[in-house]
Formats: sequence, C-alpha cells, structure tokens
Amino acid sequence: METISPNDILAKAETLRNSLSTGFRDEIVKSIYSEAERVAHRAVKTASDKKYDLDQKIDRLVTSPWTGLPLMLVLLGIIIWLTVSGANVASEAIANLLFGLGDLGRNLFNQIGAPWWITGFIWDGVYLGLAWVISVMLPPMAIFFPAFTFLEDLGYLPRVAFNLDWLFKKAGAHGKQSLTMAMGFGCNAAGVVATRVIDSPRERLIAILTNNFVPCNGRFPTLIMLATVFVASAFPPALTSFIAAGTVVGVVLIGVAFTFFMSWLLSRTVLKGEASAFTLELPPYRKPNLGRILYTSIIDRTIFVLWRAMQTAAPAGAIIWILANIPYGDANLARAIADWLNPFGLILGLDGVILLAYIIAIPANEIVVPTMMMVYMGAGMMIDGPGTSAGIFDLLVNGNGWTMLTAVNLMLFALLHNPCATTIMTIYKETKSWKWATVSVVITLGLAFLVTFLTASVARLLGWA
Amino acid sequence: MTNIKINLPTEHCETCPAFTQLEQMGIKVGDFDRVIALAGNPNTGKSTLFNALTGLKQHTGNWPGKTVTRAEGGFQFNHVKYKLVDLPGTYSLLSASQDEEVARDFILFGQPSCTIVVTDATALERNLNLVMQVMEITDKVVVAVNLMDEARRKGIEVDARSLARDLGVPAVPVTARTGEGIATLLSTVAEVIEGKIAVKPMRVEGTPEFQKAVNELVPMIESMAPGIPNARWLAIRLLDGDARVQKAITSGELGGIVQRQRQADAQFSRKMSVEGRQ
Repeated sequence: METISPNDILAKAETLRNSLSTGFRDEIVKSIYSEAERVAHRAVKTASDKKYDLDQKIDRLVTSPWTGLPLMLVLLGIIIWLTVSGANVASEAIANLLFGLGDLGRNLFNQIGAPWWITGFIWDGVYLGLAWVISVMLPPMAIFFPAFTFLEDLGYLPRVAFNLDWLFKKAGAHGKQSLTMAMGFGCNAAGVVATRVIDSPRERLIAILTNNFVPCNGRFPTLIMLATVFVASAFPPALTSFIAAGTVVGVVLIGVAFTFFMSWLLSRTVLKGEASAFTLELPPYRKPNLGRILYTSIIDRTIFVLWRAMQTAAPAGAIIWILANIPYGDANLARAIADWLNPFGLILGLDGVILLAYIIAIPANEIVVPTMMMVYMGAGMMIDGPGTSAGIFDLLVNGNGWTMLTAVNLMLFALLHNPCATTIMTIYKETKSWKWATVSVVITLGLAFLVTFLTASVARLLGWA
Repeated sequence: MTNIKINLPTEHCETCPAFTQLEQMGIKVGDFDRVIALAGNPNTGKSTLFNALTGLKQHTGNWPGKTVTRAEGGFQFNHVKYKLVDLPGTYSLLSASQDEEVARDFILFGQPSCTIVVTDATALERNLNLVMQVMEITDKVVVAVNLMDEARRKGIEVDARSLARDLGVPAVPVTARTGEGIATLLSTVAEVIEGKIAVKPMRVEGTPEFQKAVNELVPMIESMAPGIPNARWLAIRLLDGDARVQKAITSGELGGIVQRQRQADAQFSRKMSVEGRQ
C-alpha cells in the first residue's frame, strides 16, 4: 500500500481549493445561516406585542452617547462611596479588635516568661503583619466585590464595553479590552487571563501590558486610606466619605486615562496596527441571584484574595520585625535601608520607608500599607488607636514628615507601579515570553517614577511642598 | 455543600426513565464512564448548567467570554458516572482565537461521548449557527434550549419537537437556573450515547464540486492517520486553508493528537482534583 505523506494531502487540498469556485466558503457559511434561519423560524413563535420590552428601554439609556458615560461614572462613584464609607467604620473596629488581641497575646507571652525575641517575632512581627492586612483589606473587599459581582451578574459589563469601544478604537486597541480592564479592578492577574477573549495577538498584548493601570483590590485599600486620611480630612466631617470617594474615583479615572494613553502609544510604536472589528452581544439583563453573588464575591474572591495576602503578610511581618531588630549604626537595619533609599524617595516626592515597603510588597501589593506602618512604628512601638484616621495621620505627618505631596504621589505610585509577582507570572504564562513580562514591569515602573518625579518637581517649583 | 436544587419529577416516577437520583460529584472526577462536553454561545447559561449538574461553584457572570478555559466536574446519573467539560462560549468554531480553539480541539480530539450545545431560547436563530458547526464535527449532539423562563417572559415559544426534527438531533427545553428540564436532558443524553435515540445531524452539503473535493480528501487523511475522528471535518478545514489544521498535518502530529489530548485530559483532571479551582 502506498503511503501518503502530509505534504501530499496539503498539495491535494491546495489543488482542490484552487479548482473550486472562489465563493465556496461564503456559500457554505451562507447556507449555514439560511438553514439556521429556516429551522429557527419554524420552531419559534414570538408574541409581537412584547417585542419592545424593558431591556431595550434600559439599554437606550445605558448605552446612549449622552447618558451612557455619565451613568457609568455615577455607578463607579456609588460603588466606591459604599466601599469607602463602609470600610472606614469596619476597618477601625477590626483594627481595634485585632490590635487588642495582640496586646493580650504579648502580655500572656511576657507573663509566662517567653524570651523577648520570641514574643517580638510572633506578636510584633507575624501577628502584626496579619492584623494590619486583615483590617486594611477585608472591609473594602467585602463591600467592593459583592457590588462589582452584582453589576456583573446583572449584565452591565458588556454595556461598559459598548460605551468605551470608540475610545479603545481610537487608541488602536480592541473594544473588549474594557471587559478585561473591568476584571482588573478585582485582580490584575484575573484581568490578564481574561484577555483571552481578544482574538488578535497584537491587541491582546496591549490589553495585557496596560491592565495594571486600573487599581486592583490589593491597591484600593491604599488609595482609600490615603484619600480618607489626607484629602478628606481637610474638609468638614460630614463630607469626608464623599470627598474620599471622589478622590478615589479621580485616581481610577487617571488610571483609565493612562490605559488609553499607553494603549495608544503601544499601538503607534512597538505594536503597530489597526483596531479590529468585533461583534459584541448585549445580553439580556438578568435578575442577579443574591445567594450566588454573596458566595462568589465572599468565598471565591474576598477570602481567596485575603488568604493570598495573609500568606505574604505573615513572612513580610517577620522580615520587617527582624530588620527592625538588627542593630545597625545608631538605629536598626530597616531604618538604615530606608535612610539609604530616602534621597531617591524624596526626589519622587515619597520617602525611603515607602520604597522599602514596595520592595517588601513585591509578592503582593496588598501589604504595602501594613509594611509601611510597621517600619514607621519601629520595633514594637505602638501609637494610640493605630486603626483610626487620626492615629495614622499623626504617625505619618507629625512623626514622619509626610505632606500632601507625599500622599498624592503615593496614590499615583500605587496606581502606576509594577504589577505584583502573581500578575507578572501570569503575564509570562499568557504570553509565554519573559520579554513581555519584563516589558510590563519596565513600562509601569518607568511611568510611576516619571510621573511622581514630575509632580514632585512641579510642586516644589511652585512652592507647594 | 450545595444550595442548588434540581427539581426532579415527583409524580408517576416509578416507571419514568427520568426518575433517578442526580448525584453531584463536584471535582471528584477520578474515574468516570462517559465524557460530556458543554458547548454554546457566550452567555447562554453553560456555566449555570455546569454548576447545577456538578454542584460546583464555577463563577457565572453575565458577560460574553467569561469562561476562557475549560472547567471540569463530575456527576452521577442513573448510576453512570459522567465527566462534564464546560467549554468556553463561542459564536463559531472557525476563527483562531484561543477560546474557540479550546472548544473546537476538545470536541474534535477529546472525543466526548456526547456534546450538549446550550442555546438561548430567546435568540435561537443566532445560536443555531454554532449548533450546526458542532454537528459538522460530531454526530452525538443534544441541543439544550436554555433560558426557557426568559423566553416565556418575553412571549417567545419554542417548539422543541420541530427543532429536533429539523436538526436531526434531540432538543430539550431547560431552565438551568431552576432545574426545569434537566432530568429529561440527562436521560436524553444517556439515550443518545447508548444509541437508543438515533441521531442524523443535518449537514450543509455545499455545491457538488465541493462534495467531490471533500470525498477525495477524506480517504487520504484516514490512511495517513488511521483512527482519526472526524476526517470529513478536517478535510473541510483543509479546503478552507485552516492554518492550524495544516500545521497539525505537516508536523506529522495528527496521529499523535488524539493520544496527546487524552493525556492532557488526564493531567487536567489530576490538576483539578488537586487544586480544586482555576
């Protein structure tokens, strides 16, 4: 029997393809469509009076060029306001409870005569790191995730994509990037995986490289804390939550603006090309299933993300405690590293401790604030009411010379800086290229340095800081 | 563990073939008798059906493209163990995006015992395009006409019998969210697999010259890779100049693909039972 080689088959297919009339492909697609139409027509009966139902009326409002975008902003504002105002109270309560438990634990260890370094390592290192991360992260996540999942189940996300499509198209990117951008609010690694819905490799890369510009849930707490403690504290107490939410919305919008700008820049330079067309289905609005929303948002998202943060917070707390308790010069190693980083930090309008916190927090951005606080507080030194806004303000401003510039630049830095280790690994897995994983870090970190440097310089030139 | 209720029939059940216990087995899919693939357009409720059957909590979101990878779970029906594979939602199986490739590779090379195509009763015409594309690849197809509750709300009636007669494969109306029709769907799937229901999928024939071209290629493919499933579909893809199928042929891996896909499936199942989530 003669054997058939693969090339024979390809050659044969080639010949046959050329012999066929050019339209055979369209012919088949067309007959599939017409058959589908015929079959569906026979099987489906539609009562005509219900044709224009509520869905369409809502969609006309939600996706109109005039009301669509403002409505989106209002929804974003409401979600963030709920998160900010709810998280504030809950964070304080949880912080008081956990720090109180920490005091109890420390006293217990002292009473039974445990060596100082065991007590310190466990209660001022590991436990303190965990307590901070839980009190800072749990409340905003427990409010933000259910609210976000609610909109997702309702069917609102595709409308967002619809509204933003023209902007992405202008930037030379794929309209579905708004879906992956929206997923980035939950977790940038999830956003990067979600880019699989984008067909074109070029546009997919753009979506991957720019996903980090929307703040994920690990970074929201940082923004919320800074907005509440610094920006909002300058206003009457009744307005606090609105000002804080407004500030966070502003930061998010800056992030979205950077997403567009970077997408535009990439599609004009290294990733040249035109935006491809796609069909986007606007699914019917569906009554969200509350039980499932709570399950998904609390178990799959909140607890999952919190658990991940705790896994990095515990060793980070231990490292900080060790660094803070190794004598070096007049002070300790943590201080020494922070002092060494300080000149660079000041150029960016930040300081050495912030940079140190970011280095320790590379595995997970969630622990930036806790790390910062622990280094500022030094070895086991506690301040009054560490979980309250006033306590944090006092520690940062009076104790460590923060200004409004520090707060603003830290927000910008938190928004723009490099992806966390999980996201970098995900980018590598999705692109199968260390080059693109590296590029994602270089772009974001470079931009973070550049922007904070510029704002700091301008602020100093104008005498604001 | 689960809060999903499947409304199994309660009356006249003793003699009804659908009367049975559905046992949700979550991710414990170690050994199973049959593999079922769940295909369908985005946002037709595939993940909801998947969760209802397996008792898993795959996140369901109301936006197209939510599921970009395969999810697997298990259930037991009428004392037969099934592995259920939830494929990414796609509008077609032709283009080269990753989610479509995942769906298409699995239906083609994973050789599921049966493929359930989940369709949206309120947008049946558009959904049937995918049904017909799946039927190009495999005979063992059951159409689940989902979202019947939504259709009723919108005053849309679907005649499943007419649909089944025209398509040549069974069509079962269901509402995955409430469990309506699921028992019937499962017994229909079982009967298709066991050959108790004969399937004769409607296929687009194309022009006579196209038919002739396909018929020339099929024996060549079959002799190069004996035992390859769906040679007809491969031939059509070759005529269409599908780069991925061409690559599979030239690299000589076509024969190995079946083997590889099975290994990958085994690995994936192991991974799932270790990690328990994606």
